[in-house]
Amino acid sequence: MNVFLARHGRPLISITILVLLFTYFISIHPRGLTLGVVTAWSNQGTALALLAVGQTIVVMSRGIDLSIGPILALSNCVASHLVDGTPAEIALGVVAVVLVGTACGTLNGLVVVFGRLQAIIATLATGAIFSGLALIVRPIPGGSIDAAFADVMTWTVADTIPAAFLVIAGSALIWYPIRKTRTGRTIVAAGSLENAAYASGLPVRRAKVLAYALSGFFASLGGLYIGFQTLSGDPSIGLSYTLNSIAAVVIGGTALTGGVGYVIGSIAGALILRTIGSLIFFNGIDPLAQPFFEGMVLLSAVAFGSLRLLRITHRLEMFK
Amino acid sequence: MGDPILELSGVGKRYGGIVALDSVDFKARSGSIHAILGENGAGKSTLMKLLAGTIRPSEGQMKVDGAPVDFRSPTEAARAGVVCIFQELSVIPDLSVAANVCLADPPRTRFGLIDRTRQIQIARRIFADMGVGQDIDVDARCSELPLSKRQLVEIAKALVRNPRILILDEATSALTASDVQPVMRLLRRLRDQGVLILLISHRMHEIDELADTCSVFRNGRHVETYRSGARTDQQVVQMMIGRPIEQIYPQKSDPATFGPTRLLVDRLSWTDRLKNISFELRAGEIVGLGGLDGQGQQEILEAVSGLLIGVEGTVTLHGGDGTTGTGSFALVSEDRKTGGLFLPLSVGRNLTATGQGAFSRFGIVDRKREQAYARGLVDKLQIKVGDLDSAVETLSGGNQQKVVLAKWLAVDPDILLLIDPTRGIDVGTKQEIYRLLRDLAAAGKAILIYSTDYDELIGLCDRALIVYDGQIAASLEGAALTEENILSSALRLGVTSPAMQEARA
Amino acid sequence: MSDVSVTKARPKLPVDGPTLANILAILALLVIGGLQYPQFFSPTYLAQQLQTGAFLGIVSAGAMLVILLGHIDLSVPWTMTAGATVATAVVGSDPQPWISETGLLAGLLVGATIGLVNGIGVAILRIPSMIWTLATNNVILGVLVYFSGYYARASQPSTLMTWFGTGRTAGLPNILIAWAVVSLVVLFVLRRTTYGRNIYMVGTSEVTAYLTRLPARGVIVASFVFAGLCSAFAGMLLAGYAGQSYQRMGDPYLLPGIAAVVLGGTSLFGGRGNYSGTVAGAILITLLASVLSIMQAPEALKQIAYGVVIIVMVGFYSLRDTRS
Repeated sequence: MNVFLARHGRPLISITILVLLFTYFISIHPRGLTLGVVTAWSNQGTALALLAVGQTIVVMSRGIDLSIGPILALSNCVASHLVDGTPAEIALGVVAVVLVGTACGTLNGLVVVFGRLQAIIATLATGAIFSGLALIVRPIPGGSIDAAFADVMTWTVADTIPAAFLVIAGSALIWYPIRKTRTGRTIVAAGSLENAAYASGLPVRRAKVLAYALSGFFASLGGLYIGFQTLSGDPSIGLSYTLNSIAAVVIGGTALTGGVGYVIGSIAGALILRTIGSLIFFNGIDPLAQPFFEGMVLLSAVAFGSLRLLRITHRLEMFK
Repeated sequence: MGDPILELSGVGKRYGGIVALDSVDFKARSGSIHAILGENGAGKSTLMKLLAGTIRPSEGQMKVDGAPVDFRSPTEAARAGVVCIFQELSVIPDLSVAANVCLADPPRTRFGLIDRTRQIQIARRIFADMGVGQDIDVDARCSELPLSKRQLVEIAKALVRNPRILILDEATSALTASDVQPVMRLLRRLRDQGVLILLISHRMHEIDELADTCSVFRNGRHVETYRSGARTDQQVVQMMIGRPIEQIYPQKSDPATFGPTRLLVDRLSWTDRLKNISFELRAGEIVGLGGLDGQGQQEILEAVSGLLIGVEGTVTLHGGDGTTGTGSFALVSEDRKTGGLFLPLSVGRNLTATGQGAFSRFGIVDRKREQAYARGLVDKLQIKVGDLDSAVETLSGGNQQKVVLAKWLAVDPDILLLIDPTRGIDVGTKQEIYRLLRDLAAAGKAILIYSTDYDELIGLCDRALIVYDGQIAASLEGAALTEENILSSALRLGVTSPAMQEARA
Repeated sequence: MSDVSVTKARPKLPVDGPTLANILAILALLVIGGLQYPQFFSPTYLAQQLQTGAFLGIVSAGAMLVILLGHIDLSVPWTMTAGATVATAVVGSDPQPWISETGLLAGLLVGATIGLVNGIGVAILRIPSMIWTLATNNVILGVLVYFSGYYARASQPSTLMTWFGTGRTAGLPNILIAWAVVSLVVLFVLRRTTYGRNIYMVGTSEVTAYLTRLPARGVIVASFVFAGLCSAFAGMLLAGYAGQSYQRMGDPYLLPGIAAVVLGGTSLFGGRGNYSGTVAGAILITLLASVLSIMQAPEALKQIAYGVVIIVMVGFYSLRDTRS
């Protein structure tokens, strides 16, 4: 049990906080715990949760994806052109959007691995390129996405469970089998000690490219999901999503130092961030104060991590 | 002994203008343990890296089983049956022991996913084969294991690939005494099964005990290959350093010359790692901390340095002028790479890191005085460095350790705390460091040294404190400071017990 | 001159590899720009372009010290805005000469305070700088939005700010002089002071620095304070240049500020880099934007070109490093 807590304590804390916040949110919500309220709540957090899953995988490989928001924006803009019309067209459109996102992610991986660029600067640069492409695809917000399909994705399945829940659960379920492949394990190994992974003959390059490709894949799902909510495309939504995805990963208990990552924790982190926004709204706090509260919550969530300093028994543990 | 399984002809490796290996001809037979000897910088590690596929030769040809090979990666080398156990650990800290053992080629289920059950079985079997099965929890994360256990994982990782040529690059240097024996037995068994084992080690007695054949390298050249036992230690060392060598350890001091107490440790306890430790250290004295690896020796030094939080008991440092609590100390840490040096920075910057006050005023550096300061240290410790501006990582291990020592000696500490200061360093430099430490002690410094090398405890130290499970099990000095007594205290055994005899064998 | 010794002792040139690469790229841009638009070569036009680049240059001077430590400061945008907003509000409340110059001090104080909070979070609370400065940036944003109610209060630059922002001395824009002064200070600090030496050492390995008993925390806090001062100063000069402060005035300087440092050859891992490269990087980014403007490229194309230049140049450095 102690070993379990030591290994999974961080994500458990964020899940607990999410449950507490959600309970409070429901208690102050005028309509209380209804399927509609839960659905609206989960819809709000889905895109960020998807992004957080992708960001976690990259962070596990000891990288970071600053282009994740621009990929989301680009996917969203592409979707606003393609995800409309007959069911077949919609299906093809969805596939095309996912391919675009995955291709962007793969490009990131190739630049990081073969160009040997540091992840921060590489994805900063590709992010600029993807933002530019998003502007070309859709210079100003607009376009259209099939409303009927969007309704399916943003409402409930058989009137029992919000579709968003399934999307989020599905995203986590995609990762776990990948983690049990040799390449997937190499993502963790490369993040933990890259030289050792290489000396052990692991496919480090392939694994890193895969990590970024997966990040692009999840970003494209996020872009699609925003399209389902807004029924349009917007090229300018990237930056805040990038920063929030990193915040979600950190709140979820994953350290930016690589080797260890908690996909479930990051999903909880994303939902925590979104729940805070809703709480401010329903608490009747001056909307002008909302950015301040969001900032303070992020600041305290982040500062929470430094509580570990109180537990250390060796001063060099500070530097871990 | 079998046929030559490995053959090198005219193999060379250059890094820019630097020649690491100079047209080496070399043969080794299957079913033998072949030791590679040489000082640091002799080209041993370069040779091993070529064989393991982490680097490629600039010229010449390598043959395995008579067929020319050109390894482009460690994976290709492993496929040809060449597996290397590196000096730098290649264990992944965040994965389990079992996952690490099966890292390169994990067992899979029919869905192509990694089969954890079989992975655990494989790991258990390998450790049982190695004779250390009961010591290792294959489910633990490697980051939770001490260094010596990680080294065992490293060996298991290589064995699982059924090598025909197994390369050990200082692979036993981190093992504890109790783990070395099973590993040695295992190596002999592998040899008898027809495996070629290439062994790099600085532990001469280990080589005497294990090797069938030895090859000496110097300055990137293959000097000589001889049957084990055909040369005296003296001759071997001479071949390695290219000049005659006197006795390796300097003369010890007369205890009557020891000065006042410099360090007083009284009932020191910390978490569950240190229990009621008391001892004192006097000026002029060199005291060793010994015992099995990870019994708390390092923690004692860290507690004295103030690195540990929540320490009970008292640690008192006395200054050179006899004042209580004002003694200065320097901790020369175990790992030059993380604790001791700024590797990519220049030799000069590393040397001057501790004493910047000596050549600056109001935080502004006087460059001339800075240069003179660094030059002075280089001369004092005879560090072999051409350009103070070259990166310290380009120096040999021995010279790097000298830079670490120099930067601390520059601030003239009363007490010197050292953790394994000669690990992985060649004989010549070792000898220089021993002499330096003895001179420092004679000049009134108090020295506390944690060494994993029993020879060093016996040869260098005036007194050895043997630590067992966070307690001091014995304090040995004078005639009582023998390998037998150290081992018996370290293992908590009677001097004549059979297990003891075996450990010595 | 190479300030940090790299692996091999190379002959010492007045500029290192990345700086040279930047200078070559700058020359190429000048040629391209000149072919499109002959006035491009006129000293007036170039001075005008450099003037807009000076804000970026000052921001990247601060960013450089932080990046040399292996950290990053994402609070640049709202530190700039905060410095400018507070300074212009002080001036606006009482636009007397001399008294109003306390606005400049107030703005610098704001920058230093933000830097102090950043430094404490990173050095003492041990929070990764990327996430901590992201959080402080959001808090400043929140504070500014709340207190200024979505529009800036009485916003007026002081005489000195306007002098810096728009004035000229002997034909040179004063803002360029300000950039040069900041640059000389950074150069001196990095090369000739123990603090500069410590920056390189802490940036190479904080554990080693700690064990070597260097004042590692102090170095980190001081560098974040310096970065905060640079951001706030750049913000106030920008307010002087534009005649007012405004929301989001700092946004266009965050990522280019980091890019200038990295284009200049400084490693984001810390411990390696020369200030001359940062200056060249800032000029390169500025000229790239102005050449594209001359060619009337749309915003989308500017973004793409900007990304491609970073990948090509930084990729070139790292491939060169691997080969040697």
